[in-house]
Amino acid sequence: MSGEDATDDQSAQNPSGGMPGTAPDDRPHPDGRRNEQGIRIDPEAEAEPRRRTAVVSALVEHEPGVLSRVSGLFSRRRFNIESLTVGPTTVDGHARITLVVEETESGIDQVEKQLAKLKPVIQVGEVDDPAVRAELVLLKVRGDRPDEVHAITQMYEGQTLDAGPRTITVQITGDQQKIDDAVDAFRQFGIIEIARTGQTALARGDTPTTPGEEPGHSTQPPEDPHSAEDSETTDTTEN
Amino acid sequence: MSERTVHPVPHDADEGEANATEPTEEPTESAVADSNEPNATTEPTADEPTTGAQSLVSTLEAAGVEAMFGVQGGAIMPVYDALFDSDIHHVTMAHEQGASHAADAYGVVKGEPGICLATSGPGATNLVTGIADANMDSDAMVALTGQVPSGMVGSDAFQETDTTGVTAPITKHNYFAGDADTVGDMVGEAFALAETGRPGPTLVDLPKDATLAETDADPGRTETPDTYSPQTEAESDAVAAAARAVEGAEKPLLLFGGGVVKGDACEEARQFATEHGIPVVTTMPAIGSMPEDHDLCLSWAGMHGTGYANMAITHCDVLIAVGCRFDDRLTGGVDTFAPEAEVVHIDIDPAEISKNVHADYPLIGDAGTVVEQVDTEVSPEDTNDWGAWREQCSSWKEEFPLTYDTPEDEPLKPQFVVEALDEATDDDAIVTTGVGQHQMWAAQFWTYRSPRTWVSSHGLGTMGYGLPAAIGARFAADDDQQVVCIDGDGSFQMTMQELSVAVRENLDITVVILNNEYIGMVRQWQDAFFEGRRMAAEYDWCPEFDKLAEAFGAKGFAVDDYDEVADTIEEALAYDGPSVIDFHVDPGTNVYPMVPSGGANGKFALSEDQL
Repeated sequence: MSGEDATDDQSAQNPSGGMPGTAPDDRPHPDGRRNEQGIRIDPEAEAEPRRRTAVVSALVEHEPGVLSRVSGLFSRRRFNIESLTVGPTTVDGHARITLVVEETESGIDQVEKQLAKLKPVIQVGEVDDPAVRAELVLLKVRGDRPDEVHAITQMYEGQTLDAGPRTITVQITGDQQKIDDAVDAFRQFGIIEIARTGQTALARGDTPTTPGEEPGHSTQPPEDPHSAEDSETTDTTEN
Repeated sequence: MSERTVHPVPHDADEGEANATEPTEEPTESAVADSNEPNATTEPTADEPTTGAQSLVSTLEAAGVEAMFGVQGGAIMPVYDALFDSDIHHVTMAHEQGASHAADAYGVVKGEPGICLATSGPGATNLVTGIADANMDSDAMVALTGQVPSGMVGSDAFQETDTTGVTAPITKHNYFAGDADTVGDMVGEAFALAETGRPGPTLVDLPKDATLAETDADPGRTETPDTYSPQTEAESDAVAAAARAVEGAEKPLLLFGGGVVKGDACEEARQFATEHGIPVVTTMPAIGSMPEDHDLCLSWAGMHGTGYANMAITHCDVLIAVGCRFDDRLTGGVDTFAPEAEVVHIDIDPAEISKNVHADYPLIGDAGTVVEQVDTEVSPEDTNDWGAWREQCSSWKEEFPLTYDTPEDEPLKPQFVVEALDEATDDDAIVTTGVGQHQMWAAQFWTYRSPRTWVSSHGLGTMGYGLPAAIGARFAADDDQQVVCIDGDGSFQMTMQELSVAVRENLDITVVILNNEYIGMVRQWQDAFFEGRRMAAEYDWCPEFDKLAEAFGAKGFAVDDYDEVADTIEEALAYDGPSVIDFHVDPGTNVYPMVPSGGANGKFALSEDQL
């Protein structure tokens, strides 16, 4: 394939500063194509790239603003996020952020790489199946059928946190499927309010959840186990 | 392995004066042994206490900072007060946007982070455009912003803006200074982070109490944080695989991106191209990375790139991209970008790999280092003969020349002005530009031979970049290096107040305005895609720029005719100080070639009827 058809009748100069040369349709063009992800494809057979749900765990330095940096990144790059949880780890001054995202394969790749670029982020990894995943839900239902509510709570190995003449509040933990089922089961009583934490996860067995992660060496539990509170503008004494 | 579980008790030292008579002997728990504190025996100058602001300035001095650009204000005053005693040359700008662009361009030309500073609130928000610009173009820059005292943060105090919040999406990283003891280290880290790995802007927000309070901390260390360690060398297996792909190519093409310039890898990249005879196209930010008069150089590709660069990129079968992020202005529609090419992508930022265009051979590392690795691995005996491919590229140069007509009976052609200016200046002259048609002509019709001589706004496309950038470039350039700003009438009006700075500092810069009385690129698009409905694109209300220049105290010229061009340029270049030439150019001239948004590079239009 060569574009060796330089014609003598170059297109006439037009007053708006046109240039000489072969017109677009008279030039050779390759047949190949790329898809939206910039991957070369067979033009004859293109499939829509599949989205899948992935659990991404990020080990971060527990400093003010880290959560807003992460959530800002997700909104800025239009990543599709389902949930985000955060909490301290065994290492003093570190926190784990667990994200559930629904993205294409290259989208998940971008999520991990863009997260890794943030300065407070130490390590990022996808928590592959089979992982240990859990979520917590608080359900407030009407209190007029306490015995039945109690039975369903037992069935889902939950706990009753608050019971009064008008409302009962229960807590259920488990994987996403179990929580979804439990919520469905409680609908019959009339659900007044729900609060769900979103999933958190750890890798199974002795695989580190994020690459190269090691437990802290402190023999004491980290102090101050409140969840990362995020305010860029509080007094920021570096620890 | 004695487990030490000593929790250092935070000394609640009152912020009062730590009386020097008090021995600062801490009642050490006997277990504390290896204090890894740097021995603080550098004596403070005289016995004067140091403030956070002074510690900050000492940090910048230690980092080798020679110039910074800023505007005074309430919350940043302590830092300015510390600068009063410093050798760092502070350039007061007319507007903070000017400060950020000047710092950006200073950094580009000098190859080190430029520094800008501003006060809180409106001062900080005025920097935003320049910070965003630096972020898009991966320019190393440090922005220092004043902030209301910590105790008032969050109270919506006078001139308070959540600067770290506002700039989080447009900085590589930003910091909120906690106290006077740590502000030096923080600024040092911000400086190191800006220039290490993939460069970018960093920002430190400085509450007034952190800069005013006293500290006995040493000047900060210019070190990157532990969590940041970019990879330098690519894995040898990956290099070998990429080298095999290059050897097996029929039509290999090198694509130099801005990373080649930022990574100071031009020498290695040119060496690789010339040793193996591989044709080169560049992106716009990489203009000058390969001499444009070199046989192998096809100039730059993309929306208004050369026809031959776009043909080569469309037809190559192995594309070796170095330090480039495949911006949409380069690729056109991704579906038709280098559609038959295997892509070797060399980049220091792993997140750029397969972000826009899939990389078949990703190589992570420093541009110069990895190019050398590949160069070493590609063996000339095993490569195909690329002579025919090189000839093909040359024939495209013949087929799609960048030319224009200069009919006597029509107004001055802007391309002619650019060529005349190129002719009149030295080879190493620096060109800064605004954004629009004039920028494209400045890139197309000027022959660039070295890196860091083309200083422009690419990713963000910031109109108004040119003049403050010329000021920044002037401070960074060698004394005998010429600096010219090629500007548009629209762009010039966005930051023209900075001319007063050029006059005050007596900067030898030449501003050339290609004045077509339009926001021309918009007008071109309106004509092509909006049926000629020229809404808000007519700029016939512009002032007379030559007179305006004189009002500022600069030298002003106005030119209408071909026969005045060369002489006026000569006079303006010879003038020792800032000069402005207002060239009244043909308002109808359009920029071609043109790949319409999302179109195929190989189908670039050569005139409006082909769009």
